[in-house]
Amino acid sequence: MSSASNASASTAASSRLTFVVGLALLGFLGLIPVLSVVFDDPFLLTLFTRIVIMAIAAVSLNLILGYGGMVSFGHAAYIGVGGYTVGILAFHGVHAAWIQWPLAVIISGVVAALIGLLSLRTKGIFFIMITLALSQLVYYLGNGAFAYGGDDGLNIMKRSDFGGLLDLDNRPTFYYLCWVILLASIYFVHRTVNSRFGMVLQGARSNDRRMATIGFPVHRYQLTAFIIAGMICGLAGVLTATFSSFISPAMMHWSRSGDLIVMVVLGGMGSLFGPVFGTVAFLLLEEILSSWTEYWKIVFGPMLVLVVLFARGGIDGAMVRGQAGTLLAGCAAFFLLYGIHATYEDEWLIPALILVAACALAWFAKWEIQRRKNRHD
Amino acid sequence: MTEVLKVSNLVKRFGGLTATDNLSLDLRQGEIHAVIGPNGAGKTTMIGQLIGELRPDAGTIHFMGQDITAMPVHQRSGAGIARSFQITSIFQNFTALDNVALAVQAHDGHSFRFWAEARKDKSLREPAMQALEQVGLAHRADITASALSHGEHRQLEIAMALATKPKLLLLDEPMAGMGPEDSARMVQMLRGIKGSVTILLIEHDMDAVFALADRITVLVYGHAIATGLPDEIRRNEQVRQAYLGDEAAE
Repeated sequence: MSSASNASASTAASSRLTFVVGLALLGFLGLIPVLSVVFDDPFLLTLFTRIVIMAIAAVSLNLILGYGGMVSFGHAAYIGVGGYTVGILAFHGVHAAWIQWPLAVIISGVVAALIGLLSLRTKGIFFIMITLALSQLVYYLGNGAFAYGGDDGLNIMKRSDFGGLLDLDNRPTFYYLCWVILLASIYFVHRTVNSRFGMVLQGARSNDRRMATIGFPVHRYQLTAFIIAGMICGLAGVLTATFSSFISPAMMHWSRSGDLIVMVVLGGMGSLFGPVFGTVAFLLLEEILSSWTEYWKIVFGPMLVLVVLFARGGIDGAMVRGQAGTLLAGCAAFFLLYGIHATYEDEWLIPALILVAACALAWFAKWEIQRRKNRHD
Repeated sequence: MTEVLKVSNLVKRFGGLTATDNLSLDLRQGEIHAVIGPNGAGKTTMIGQLIGELRPDAGTIHFMGQDITAMPVHQRSGAGIARSFQITSIFQNFTALDNVALAVQAHDGHSFRFWAEARKDKSLREPAMQALEQVGLAHRADITASALSHGEHRQLEIAMALATKPKLLLLDEPMAGMGPEDSARMVQMLRGIKGSVTILLIEHDMDAVFALADRITVLVYGHAIATGLPDEIRRNEQVRQAYLGDEAAE
């Protein structure tokens, strides 16, 4: 018993660690506009605006995927719905943010309600496939909307108008708006998952049949969470469209939904700051690797496999378990990749092959250890 | 005496197999009514229909005088039917107290409350703690369910069922997989709550059944072949042939 309580005490200590690291990361994100000025690097602000917006989407996905156990493979659809609402309204001359933004969030919620109503009738792999199929429907809707540019997309000529309160053309202002929305989303999710509603949601993740027998109409709660997540993600879509002044079906392509899942899993499902860790790591790696080569996924893929093999629970999980080695290895790999690129501009194939080989070796080692352990039992 | 539960001519078929065959059963207020029968007699199928997970093909179920045959699972729970699961099915990553608090919450109005922290809610935590005390698990309240022993899981199951303040408690093999010590403790605990709640007990452990039950129903091939006091069942020739065998004859 004492060992169990020790274990839980040390777990509490290390979840305090992730809390501190998470807050520090958010604080760092708040300094980006300043750093961008200090280093005279406007691209830094562009990159991190994207990161902060995607982090909002990832935080919303984490609510249903991490806490609710609902693997929605169509979450990017709401980025599209939010973005298109703003884009289409702007196209028709409606620029008032007070109309655009709430409407975008509400429509995202309605779309989430429809998708949720249909998909929550299923479970497991069927749920994944149905959310994918329905979000692809939304994607093709955007593709076929020829009045709004079809698959070429549509430029937004004028950014949302906050009536002099906020100037969204000012990049630091826009960045801070995104940052505040990210903080608000995280706080909202934090309150929600620890509320009575959140208890039901988490209970349903581990055992929804059991939840029904103790008296919860589980579906209603899951659907509500699904809608809330869709609405927050719709807001991320609004920000995406406003940021790039452009909408296209590509924002809601299924691969974008896949990216969002990867961000959440990489950072740690069902942890408060996990999605932020994941988004920062994902998009920074994408940035570094894609500057080597357009085949950057050859390198990125094996890295994900390594994370799944050795860091269950993602970055957050590694911190909670105090896997200092794993975390150091991750940081080392990060700087190594950056360094290799700086030294050997074009020879990306060599480190890529090394990584693939390392991954294969690690997989084999893990499999072999497991096999011996099983035989031992 | 008032009938808490009345099952009349219940039938459930799975393809060619009749798992529940014209089953009738009644439970009186405050009794422990044991249902015994060999493996495959249809005990779990019966529970499934009582709880509402399975829809019977024919027959009716009345609970406190009300027809609940078509009532969905969560409403039956709200009406006062609680169940413990045969296979452990608690929420592993929650603490023991969290688990029971969730059961309390299920019967404390809707849960569309998004802001206040549920783990600091006294109206959930205090009744939950009481239920843990009832089953003798209060000292383990803050341990994660996954770290509890098998016997403790079973106790936790029953605490969760009790926390909903049920009128009827369905216990599906609460002693399954328990050592003799844990079994004895469970019998002791069930004796303690006897009378405060009507219990339908499904159990293979005959010592426990005869120690606890006020009445016993014997199920064979989905049909109740006998119902009566423990002594009557022990003496019943048909029951001995079908099921009890030498064990009860000793």
